[in-house]
Amino acid sequence: MFDKFALLGFGEGGWGLALLQGTGITLSIALATLPFGLALGLVVALWKRSRHVVLRAMSTAYTTVFRGVPELLTLYIIYFGVQVVFQELWQWLGLPGAFSMPPFVAGMVALGVVLSAFSSEVWVGALNSIPQGQREAAAALGLSRPQAFRLIVFPQLIRVALPGLGNNWMVLLKETSLVSVITLPDIMFITTRANVATKEPFLFFGAAITIYLVISLVSAWGMGRMEIRANRGIAAFQGATR
Amino acid sequence: MNWCEYPGWVVGSEVFQNYGCRMFGGLWITLQLVAYSVVLGFVLAIGLAVTRLYGPRWAQAAVKGYTTFFRGTPLLCQLFLVYYGLGQFRLFWTDIGLWWFFREPFYCALLTFVINTAAYQAEILRGAIQSIPRGQFEGALSLGLHRWATLRHVVMPQAMILALRPLGNELIVMIKSSAVVSLVTIYDLMGATKLAFARSFDLTIYLYAALIYLILVEVVRRVWDALELRLTRHMALR
Repeated sequence: MFDKFALLGFGEGGWGLALLQGTGITLSIALATLPFGLALGLVVALWKRSRHVVLRAMSTAYTTVFRGVPELLTLYIIYFGVQVVFQELWQWLGLPGAFSMPPFVAGMVALGVVLSAFSSEVWVGALNSIPQGQREAAAALGLSRPQAFRLIVFPQLIRVALPGLGNNWMVLLKETSLVSVITLPDIMFITTRANVATKEPFLFFGAAITIYLVISLVSAWGMGRMEIRANRGIAAFQGATR
Repeated sequence: MNWCEYPGWVVGSEVFQNYGCRMFGGLWITLQLVAYSVVLGFVLAIGLAVTRLYGPRWAQAAVKGYTTFFRGTPLLCQLFLVYYGLGQFRLFWTDIGLWWFFREPFYCALLTFVINTAAYQAEILRGAIQSIPRGQFEGALSLGLHRWATLRHVVMPQAMILALRPLGNELIVMIKSSAVVSLVTIYDLMGATKLAFARSFDLTIYLYAALIYLILVEVVRRVWDALELRLTRHMALR
């Protein structure tokens, strides 16, 4: 029994170090995708509320598509599709050799695009919760529209959007497991390889699921702390709800 | 020409025409898998939600652990743990006569999906039941209704309307997540598409698959909107 657990250790023939590196890859792709996805989501949300019909239509089509297509399929399309497009471009420019898409970038773009589609809904909800009077008051003080957004609206936005964005983060964390299919050595990729090498699937996938669970629990705890911090000074939030 | 070759023929895509039948066969697998798992998961979720709210302390803790575990880990990992991990104990399953179940990737995927969606649906139902005002429970009590009768006739009908929208979202999430079963050798829509790509090296086949998923999700969304409109027609929401 215990000699099996040695497979998870750091000693001779142990997969401990590889698992640790896989965890690092999982965390880095999630953390790299987050700012990109959230920023793109905010842009899409602002377009959804735009006065221009074209921007509104484009952003609605964008969210409909990326919320409706399975993440795995999006990942394949971006990984292989972008590869083909760049390959053509490469040859057209007459560059030597061949272009190859780094899996990390493909994974980041695919997960980021999906994240932006989902987070834009959260951003729209939060934007709607900011009273129009805030923008009017900013205009009356002589702030330009970008200034009003940056200095008045955005700081208030974060507090309202935080729970929804926290959910997006949890979903993203679980979706990173898909990048193993485009050969990015994340937790799933490492454990799949370990399974092939040792024929101990229960042990290794059990270890993988435990790592994911720990990351999720730590995230949930961190999110709770962030919400408490974001809501400090909001009377309705003190005591009663926690 | 078979009916399943027509869409490819209409859009003028040779690959889509050649692999149309495989892909629509895959779509049928996807639909079956999602339908069974969402319905079975719903039945399980009602039990879990009620236990989580009114069960004994230890059962509440157990259900909480269950939902945290299955909502906090990737579906792909759960699927691999069930298909490869539990499949490792072949002798044990053969002994108790369950090897036919764990041998089939479809049953393994179904089992994984049922326990996964049950965890999500249980949380949805718990939230819905919890947001029914206390007065409803007190009113039922003062009418002399038993606890189960209160739940069945007073609370659940109201809670189900609140849960309708999130449950529809869960259905859509399941349709999308079901694509991962292609990684355990099931030829669902995604699996059939991967096969078509591997044989033809024509990337556009992925775009047609995306279109099919998109139409499926959009149809579900519209049906759900109509359902919600119909079920809430007695409420002055509009």
